[in-house]
Amino acid sequence: MRTLLVFLWKHHFFTLFVLLEVLAFLMLINSYSYQRTLSFNAANDLTGGIFKTVGNISDYLILRKQNDQLLRENAQLLNKLPGSFLERDSTREYGDSLYHYFPARVIRNTTHAYNNFIVLDKGRLQGVEKEMGVISSRGVVGIVIGVSAHYSLVMSLLNDNAKISSRIKKDLQLVNVVWDENDPSYGKIVDIPIHIGLAAGDTIVTSGNSFIFPEGIPIGTVLTFKSDANKGLNSAQMKYSSDFNSLYHVYIIRNLKKKEEQKLLEDGTNE
Amino acid sequence: MNNVYVKNIIRFVLLVLLQVLVLDKVSFGGYIIPYVYILFILLLPFDIPKSLLLILAFFTGLTIDFFGNSLGLHTAALVLLAYARPSILKFYFPKIEALPGEEPGIVKLGMAGFIKYGFSLILIHHLLLFFLETFSFSHFFITLEHVLFNALASLMAVLILEVLFAKRIKRRR
Repeated sequence: MRTLLVFLWKHHFFTLFVLLEVLAFLMLINSYSYQRTLSFNAANDLTGGIFKTVGNISDYLILRKQNDQLLRENAQLLNKLPGSFLERDSTREYGDSLYHYFPARVIRNTTHAYNNFIVLDKGRLQGVEKEMGVISSRGVVGIVIGVSAHYSLVMSLLNDNAKISSRIKKDLQLVNVVWDENDPSYGKIVDIPIHIGLAAGDTIVTSGNSFIFPEGIPIGTVLTFKSDANKGLNSAQMKYSSDFNSLYHVYIIRNLKKKEEQKLLEDGTNE
Repeated sequence: MNNVYVKNIIRFVLLVLLQVLVLDKVSFGGYIIPYVYILFILLLPFDIPKSLLLILAFFTGLTIDFFGNSLGLHTAALVLLAYARPSILKFYFPKIEALPGEEPGIVKLGMAGFIKYGFSLILIHHLLLFFLETFSFSHFFITLEHVLFNALASLMAVLILEVLFAKRIKRRR
């Protein structure tokens, strides 16, 4: 034991190096596991605060662009007023809404890493919870995976772990969307049944199967479709509807009936 | 003596802020981000205790990781760089003599010497950083290409900043 200690002390530079590297690798491995990303901690409240201050300053520099975007969104919202619809569904009571949208601002966003995350300026105190969907005015953005008091961490679609259940809009077939890993503008559509043909320009929308996103929110449009006769399932390249590089105003979606749906599903599978 | 501490603390704060607030947000050509925070470790004095060098590298990396949401990634790469620094200095400049508190900067090593010294360490840092980030050797040559281009960008940024630092020191003398 003594000789070991003497040896370690003699080579204390190397010992310390190994020790610190092991520490770093432990942290790295922990942060790679999906579960750990969920435990969003107090340190992020501090860094989040700094990013928010800087965000406030840079707000002024992009006001015009943001205004244009807000105008577009206002127009969209006007379209959704009850008066904009001809007929209301007679089976559902008026005011019995399923999804509630509330706005948030992006204060931190990456698009170039292998796993990308977004930090929003709304947290637990504003009612954000894990596994809420996040969309921009143009399409799906990601899913909330961590919440601190004032901030929330969103797994962007540009993430290895992001797999969104979606539909081909024209024939309602279910497929999955994953990231292409190389370019923040492009994703991949996988698990396309062999009998389904896609064409460039086809729209991919959310399926509404996951309790997270309402049905029919755009995810992207098909660029190229590759048919592989040997495999059972085809894949296609897709361009995202959201522009991840210029994300700023987003909406967090609360599913008001999520607990009810989940309970039904659990009861069904338990029996 | 005090001067050395103050100078390095100011340099640390400036480089970290420049890194996380400005450079992390611009990515040239999709993926290139100049990592200038390396300069903090490069410019620590010759006579710094080796263990302190490692510990400072560890905490600098940790700071960058906190902001970048990449816990452990930059820490691992920067600790390796700090570990390699004394050997690299000895390898390129076996006979160099330094006053207490003197830095291995352009003023001391000369332009060519600093580029040799800086680029070697930047390459070591980037190799570990990028391969850890992809977490596989499956895109080996693409990653290697990224390492090279990014190392060149980092070297350019480090040189520009070091020239600015060095100029200020000269003027003061």
